[in-house]
Amino acid sequence: MTWSEMVPLLWEATKESAYMVLVATLLTAVGGLLVGVALVLTDRGGLLALRPVNALLGLIVNIGRSLPFIILLVAIIPFTRAVVGTTIGTSAAIVPLTVGAIPFYARIVETAIREVNRDVVAAARAMGASRREIVVKVLLREARPGLVAGLTITVVALVGYSAMAGVVGGGGLGDLAIRYGYQRFETEVMIATVVLLVVFVQLAQMLGDLVARRLSHR
Amino acid sequence: MIRINGLRKTYRGRGGDVAAVAGVDLTVRAGEVFGVLGRSGAGKSTLLRCVNMLERPDAGTITVDGVDLAGLSETGLRTARQRIGMIHQHFALLSSRTAAGNVSFPLEVMGMPRRQRADRVAELLDLVGLRDRAGAYPAQLSGGQKQRVGIARALAGEPKVLLSDEATSALDPDTTGSILALLRDLNQRLGLTILLITHEMEVVKRICDSVAIMSDGVITEAGPVHELLAKPDSALARGIFRLGPPPVLDDATIVDVTVVGDGSLISAVARAHDVDVRILDGSVETLAGGRAGRLRLALPGSPASNAAALDQLRASAVAVEVHP
Ligand SMILES: Nc1ncnc2c1ncn2[C@@H]1O[C@H](COP(=O)(O)OP(=O)(O)OP(=O)(O)O)[C@@H](O)[C@H]1O
Ligand SMILES: [Mg+2]
Repeated sequence: MTWSEMVPLLWEATKESAYMVLVATLLTAVGGLLVGVALVLTDRGGLLALRPVNALLGLIVNIGRSLPFIILLVAIIPFTRAVVGTTIGTSAAIVPLTVGAIPFYARIVETAIREVNRDVVAAARAMGASRREIVVKVLLREARPGLVAGLTITVVALVGYSAMAGVVGGGGLGDLAIRYGYQRFETEVMIATVVLLVVFVQLAQMLGDLVARRLSHR
Repeated sequence: MIRINGLRKTYRGRGGDVAAVAGVDLTVRAGEVFGVLGRSGAGKSTLLRCVNMLERPDAGTITVDGVDLAGLSETGLRTARQRIGMIHQHFALLSSRTAAGNVSFPLEVMGMPRRQRADRVAELLDLVGLRDRAGAYPAQLSGGQKQRVGIARALAGEPKVLLSDEATSALDPDTTGSILALLRDLNQRLGLTILLITHEMEVVKRICDSVAIMSDGVITEAGPVHELLAKPDSALARGIFRLGPPPVLDDATIVDVTVVGDGSLISAVARAHDVDVRILDGSVETLAGGRAGRLRLALPGSPASNAAALDQLRASAVAVEVHP
């Protein structure tokens, strides 16, 4: 395969990967924050202690985390159809990516929030802060460096997951590497995609580290 | 100002129940600095956390400035808490906010508009002498400076009451001194009532008007410092005036005399009764309410033969204890 043949393929795949990972990251950030906060609040001694809810949520998150992604991808096909109206294509791949990443990020969010100094939470309560104020202005705000670092890890994991999106016709760099590099022995394509994936991950990590460092005042 | 009645709080745990506060009655008068002194694990923090309902008591009532806190709804309690300041051993500042941002937090909670907030924050930082460090993050401040931010933050709601949980325990002696001086100053200038807990006798000596001694969840003695010092068997007095066990002397009367102000009465007694008063031991302390001391004297002869001198001591000292 010549360069002129390869470049459009790589460009198309890069766009698909970027689209999948970015949209899935945004959705995961929102979902993971909500679930992570819920896990902390409903736990014993939490601001909204509700043990049964906590136990159920924890179970769902653990099931989500223990399923191999490739199985999740297929298992939720009916759900994907209900959400985006189709089960193949890049948009369809975003659904399993998000569903798979939310439990992963939610646990990171939970851990980051638990790291917030208990005294500070007590101090906020002593000042008359409401639950909402404590969540927004204390827990999430104080945990921000950890939340960003965790999101970076999640993005990198999503890049990995997205390589399997080809199964549902999602395209992307991973799919290209498998179809051309692995199945058709086009070694150049394989190497090129791998290099691009490395660059992708590298950029995500650098950006994440930079933001996390900016936010940290410890 | 603060009235605590029949307060109980038991923690239930795997290793059994811990009665952290096991029936406490306490009254803190308006405008005084009240210290609760006790060893680690005595239940002091639990007691303090019950005063603003950070911990819900199992039994008992707590009234702050005439308001029964246990009877309040969640919303009512939040409003009441805005009028009760609290400072913490490890400062409990938001690491993600500057000094000014930390002081601003309670004002945001109270719903003060942004414009007014900036002025009020500057005023509060001024009050604690930290105006020039407004933009510093807690990580860039010394322990003493952090506690000053904590104090400014606690005063944001113009509270009548300040609760202090070991506010100086994490500080060195000099810094402790300056923070205690600041608290005393705020107490006098603003008429702020302070309820503080501590395990350090030094804190009690320096700023407390009244004190309660707590151990194993109960108060063993309580009252104004000068009244407790006048009691020969007071644990506070024994803690402040550290005299050892009395020596055994033949044909001598050993007597512990507690005095306030200067100790001129000793020479007056020696002169009036023509006795050779020997001072065996003694401790004179500068307290928040003035100077006080306890001296161990030896008078020649039996207690009976010194009856007149002892009577004069009893008449003019705040406490006299004759050792048998
Ligand atoms: N949240 C809790 N759960 C269970 N037990 C607790 C809890 N908080 C305190 N205790 C127990 O209650 C008792 C009193 O604790 P408290 O913190 O009130 O003591 P303290 O006098 O403040 O001690 P220190 O000087 O060490 O701070 C201790 O035995 C402690 O182990
Ligand atoms: Mg304590």
